[in-house]
Amino acid sequence: MSAVLEVRDLRTAFPSSGGPVPVVDGVSFDLNRGEVLALVGESGSGKSMTALSAMRLVPKPGRVVSGSVRLDGTELLDLPVTEMRRVRGARMAMIFQEPMTCLNPVVRVGEQVIEAIQLHEDVSKAEARARTRELFVEVGIPDPEARLDAFPHQLSGGLKQRVMIAMALSTRPEILIADEPTTALDVTVQAQILALLRDLQRDRDAAILLITHDLGIVNELADRVAVMYAGRLVEVAERRALLSDPRHPYTQGLLRSIPALARPGEALPEIPGVVPSPDQWPAGCRFATRCPKRIDRCDTDFPEETAPAEGRRVWCHVHDGEGA
Amino acid sequence: MMGIEAYVWSNAMTGLLLVGMLWAARVVRGNRLWREAASELWRRRRLAILVVGLYLGIGVADSIAWVGGIPEDAVGVLPNAPLSIIDRLFLDTREASYSAPLASVEFYGGKPLRHPGSHLLGTDILGRDVLYMVFKGARVALLIGGLTSLIAIPLALFFGVSAGYFGGRVDDVVFFLISTLAAIPGLLLLIALIMVMGRSTVSVCIALAVTGWVGFCRLSRAETLKLRELDYVQAARALGVSEARIIFRHILPNLAHLIVITFVLTFSGLVLSEATLSWLGIGVDGSWGQMIDGARDELSRSPIVWWNIGAAGTALFGLILAVNAVGDAIRDVLDPRTMRGSE
Repeated sequence: MSAVLEVRDLRTAFPSSGGPVPVVDGVSFDLNRGEVLALVGESGSGKSMTALSAMRLVPKPGRVVSGSVRLDGTELLDLPVTEMRRVRGARMAMIFQEPMTCLNPVVRVGEQVIEAIQLHEDVSKAEARARTRELFVEVGIPDPEARLDAFPHQLSGGLKQRVMIAMALSTRPEILIADEPTTALDVTVQAQILALLRDLQRDRDAAILLITHDLGIVNELADRVAVMYAGRLVEVAERRALLSDPRHPYTQGLLRSIPALARPGEALPEIPGVVPSPDQWPAGCRFATRCPKRIDRCDTDFPEETAPAEGRRVWCHVHDGEGA
Repeated sequence: MMGIEAYVWSNAMTGLLLVGMLWAARVVRGNRLWREAASELWRRRRLAILVVGLYLGIGVADSIAWVGGIPEDAVGVLPNAPLSIIDRLFLDTREASYSAPLASVEFYGGKPLRHPGSHLLGTDILGRDVLYMVFKGARVALLIGGLTSLIAIPLALFFGVSAGYFGGRVDDVVFFLISTLAAIPGLLLLIALIMVMGRSTVSVCIALAVTGWVGFCRLSRAETLKLRELDYVQAARALGVSEARIIFRHILPNLAHLIVITFVLTFSGLVLSEATLSWLGIGVDGSWGQMIDGARDELSRSPIVWWNIGAAGTALFGLILAVNAVGDAIRDVLDPRTMRGSE
């Protein structure tokens, strides 16, 4: 397997009166061709910022401070703005969390997909429309011909998300970044959209970077999982290995607190506390303040990367391989 | 004065305006959202729309002029002067001096009129038919409201949208401009500008535009700030859409309802401002403001000459009331917060 996207030591920060506050702090991972990599973490862990940094879409005044993002060997962080614009959409596309608000309310949805196609490819309007129609069929929009001329407010949330996916796929990107693609949808629609993403990924052999906080979705869709906490990766592993044998105390805590796995009649285990905000990150291990297995070294030294098994990386002083 | 006579320009502009209105009507018909809004508007404010239409019709009729076709014995017109449709309707209606509405003799002195009983609103000091003057004023009012908005709104949009969208330096510069303009008393600046540019219809419009664009600039800046952060703008960026295209495709169309509302609401304010300027003696010739200004002396006569100011005031009042009523309804229909569901 070859990496289509290589992220190395990525650091993104927002300026503040007390100096720059990092939100992504030295994240490295590879996204391989044809795989689904799930980026998992609580709200505020920096997973969305990691994806936006890779697209160079970090909202102002934040900026990528250092690191490297290579797409097929091309360094994206050094590309001129116009070149980067050509990469976005054409080679890396993004599906957002909120299908309700991601479509321009005053433009017909078909028109919006047609524009996306014409933006990156020199095709006639009729051709782009025909392709949009095919895409609508592919993402399972019923009655595609009529939907082409619908305005966003005439479509349901699930349909809008399908339109968004159609738009993201319109230029056959190598990488699809899906930022919590099903969070805003209800459960049955969620399942449909996940199934759709899986089918599309298989058919097109695209790589998907799936950002989510829902381990159920991870189990459903991901090949590999990267767990993030407070701007850093804490554990990376194959899905099955990670779910059955989590090494990092944070991952263990996450898995323990899945309602479906809890024993009936007992209180649902939880990880005490909340993710500290970036300006209050501890000096040592970021998870030290909430970790049940903390030792003294955790407070002072940040743990180095260890690779206890093939395809697995853990950042922890005390990881011991004991099951959840 | 110019190579081409002024009335030719006026005719051309009127033609352009009519074509523009037809085109706008086509656009509205073509877009379901706008079409629904338009029919809702018609349902709510039929009378006000008809009144505005009447004023518009008079204004247009007074803007189409041509030379010739004047009877040789007509009093008070040069044979080669370009006359508009309205001018021709009131051709040869001049009296010697004041006469009351529908009177058959002069108001002071009681000499018989040339056209007894034909002056619906009487005549003014120079014997001109007041109804005719009121009709002439409609064109001036519409011209002031329309031309000024045409200058002020694009100006405000340009500065407001660029400040809101790009932020940073651009925003600082625009805000400095706005604050500076806002710090100068509006009326003072108006008078100064008109004095510098000379007293013509166009210069009054420019002066009103320069002093009047600040409010909408703030509004469009604030709205752009909001739109800029919306998901579909972010999504457009993620698709690799250029900044200019985002502005024209995603920001401006979503400001359209604000532009329409602002246009209608500033329009009436501008017509009123002109009346103020006329009161100060620097207004536009032939405006209702000037008629009202002229009536200052008439009100102190005995017996009082009331029809002049009455007619001009009523005409002004009618236009402003109708435009405001339409404007309110437009806001209700177009503003997403007060819009009824159209699922």
